[in-house]
Amino acid sequence: MEIAVGDPVTLAVLVPLCPLAAFALTWLLARKRPAAAAALSLAAVSVSLALSVILLAGQVQAPAEIRADLPWMPAGHLLIRMGILLNPLSALMIVIVSAVSLLVQVYSLGYMKGDPAFPRFFSYLSLFSFSMLTLVLADNFILLYMAWELVGLCSYLLIGFWYHKPEAARAAKKAFVVTRVGDLGFLVGILVLSLLAGTFDFQEVARFIGAGSVPQGQVTLVVLLLFCGAVGKSGQFPLHVWLPDAMEGPTPVSALIHSATMVAAGVFMVARLYTIFQASADALRVVASLGAFTAAFAALIALAQDDIKRVLAYSTISQLGYMMLALGAGGYGAGLFHLTTHAAFKTLLFLGAGSVIHVLGTNDLRRMGGLGRRMPVTAVAFGVAVLAIAGIFPLSGFWSKDAILEAVRSSGQTAAYAAALGTVFLTALYMSRLFFLAFTGAPRGEQAPHESPAVMTVPMIILAALAIGLGVIGSPLAVRGIEGFLDPASPRPALDIGMLLLSNGLAAAGIMVALAVFGPWRTPASLSRRPSGPFHAVLANKFYIDELYMLVIRGLYFTLTRVIAWFDRHVVDGMVNLVGGASTRGGTLLRRTVGGKVQGYALMVTGGTLAVLVLLLLAGLGVFGQGGGGR
Amino acid sequence: MQVTLTHYLVLAALLFCIGIYGAVSRKNAIGILMALELVFNAVNLTFVAAGRFRPAPDAVGQLFALFVIAAAAAESVLGLAIILAIYRRRVVVNADEMDLMKH
Repeated sequence: MEIAVGDPVTLAVLVPLCPLAAFALTWLLARKRPAAAAALSLAAVSVSLALSVILLAGQVQAPAEIRADLPWMPAGHLLIRMGILLNPLSALMIVIVSAVSLLVQVYSLGYMKGDPAFPRFFSYLSLFSFSMLTLVLADNFILLYMAWELVGLCSYLLIGFWYHKPEAARAAKKAFVVTRVGDLGFLVGILVLSLLAGTFDFQEVARFIGAGSVPQGQVTLVVLLLFCGAVGKSGQFPLHVWLPDAMEGPTPVSALIHSATMVAAGVFMVARLYTIFQASADALRVVASLGAFTAAFAALIALAQDDIKRVLAYSTISQLGYMMLALGAGGYGAGLFHLTTHAAFKTLLFLGAGSVIHVLGTNDLRRMGGLGRRMPVTAVAFGVAVLAIAGIFPLSGFWSKDAILEAVRSSGQTAAYAAALGTVFLTALYMSRLFFLAFTGAPRGEQAPHESPAVMTVPMIILAALAIGLGVIGSPLAVRGIEGFLDPASPRPALDIGMLLLSNGLAAAGIMVALAVFGPWRTPASLSRRPSGPFHAVLANKFYIDELYMLVIRGLYFTLTRVIAWFDRHVVDGMVNLVGGASTRGGTLLRRTVGGKVQGYALMVTGGTLAVLVLLLLAGLGVFGQGGGGR
Repeated sequence: MQVTLTHYLVLAALLFCIGIYGAVSRKNAIGILMALELVFNAVNLTFVAAGRFRPAPDAVGQLFALFVIAAAAAESVLGLAIILAIYRRRVVVNADEMDLMKH
């Protein structure tokens, strides 16, 4: 590999390496120096962002596949490479990842101020940036899987950042274990696919699958195994349970990892391997159906949550379901367009929520209210994000959501289309509920809130601008549009007035319902009270999925472990004890022959020699049959 | 009567057995050493006889016997020295009581 300054390959390699260097340097030099740790981390991610923007600009001018390639682990005839593949998709992703990382790190300067583990926090953020950037640049399954697990590790470390809180430690473990379920399928899928194709390289595997020599059933199975990884990472039903609990981590972490970047890795993976996924229409239908179901399911749960971050977590699950639905329905560009706009407005929502939590010290919506007057910047930014996620024209969320709806409608999957439309209504409803409960009406908490420092509000203002304007890249105003950039075959974006009226009508209805039920005119007492009724109970308890899992685990898993424990204690230990006991008893017997009498030993040596001689003699005489001949 | 190799070998075997019997049954350590000398001599006798009765008799058997005598002398010196050392420390020459290795 040749290194030349300004060469796109060099730049692309440097993008993930800068945060890695910051991570290493923080641990070597700045473990006790918060300012130095933050400076290192911010400098590294700024460089990454600058390089990413240069690379993306290059891709926009002339889309090309740029590859860097170096051997990593030669194992026999199998060579594992550490290569990167920069194409429009990964160029877009590195910009999203490094931009969100930068904004969140700036925000963290204020949010994490005074935390005793401040340098550790920034070192983890750097490690995460490195892992995520490697993930999106990887050109083969091994590197992808390594980065995939590394971001999982960072997620674990950052959810459990305040490890002295038992809930945080438990949530970190839960996130790690639940995603492991999906990752197992992913790993098996990778191994099967690579064994079939004889290579780990994405493009070669895709070519191999495209050649059609593998039976359709096997392709579907392998693709679904790969999809398992995406289900775990992107919090799709039924492995969504870890994501709401992951909100125990610091809020900037929730914004960076659990809304904008890492949880989108599943969507990204499906997109990166899209040609492989396209080889199986059945698998794509599963992706679309599961995405549609998750989108509606999580939106329903979000209606009844009282923890501000949990509402946002379920909203993230729901929106990720939307992206999966788009990819499954053939809307490749639409899904990634939504990933892009979602990164902007969901990060903004989390940063706004963090700003509220930072000054109030509580996550509980029932103890908020009336924050709009005290925290105007946060409230306005949050309001923009709410309108964007609700898909109100002409904010960014509108364009990406309509692109998805368009793709689903043209794919002809009626049930999925209905679920997607229902989710538009539900999204507007729960997000407006959140906004009204937190920012309008009379205050229900005791604290006197104040606006957050500029270091926290400036990233929110930047993100608000993006949440408003980012939609332009997928609107008819753009020359080519993001969908055309990612997939040259897709048509030029157009504005469908019917779709606009339909989606905005649904969103407006959602906002109106929220206004009627949770609006500023309601008394604080009526908003603090928990509503009753079976419907609310089911939603507030998240459809009892966690309870169901515990029941299954108690019933099946613990019974199984008891059987295994019995087997271990009585059979495995029994055999070990048998060996031990036999040795002891045999030793006691043999001990008697070794009495310390020299002449006794001499007699035994003589007797033994005699016995051998006699045996040889007899063998020589042929007593033991034909084979015993001595010579 | 013609003295053949068999006669020598039978004599050597008898000497060997007497020596082994003595080495195993004597209580006195010096007696054991003496019995071992008998074993050596049985071996020497075998060497010399075998050398004498080879198809082309030569001195090789006697040469071996000389080596064995030298080795046996050294062995006796070493054995006696050990017995003396043990006697000085523990005032025993009885082989049954020399059981330090057991512990």
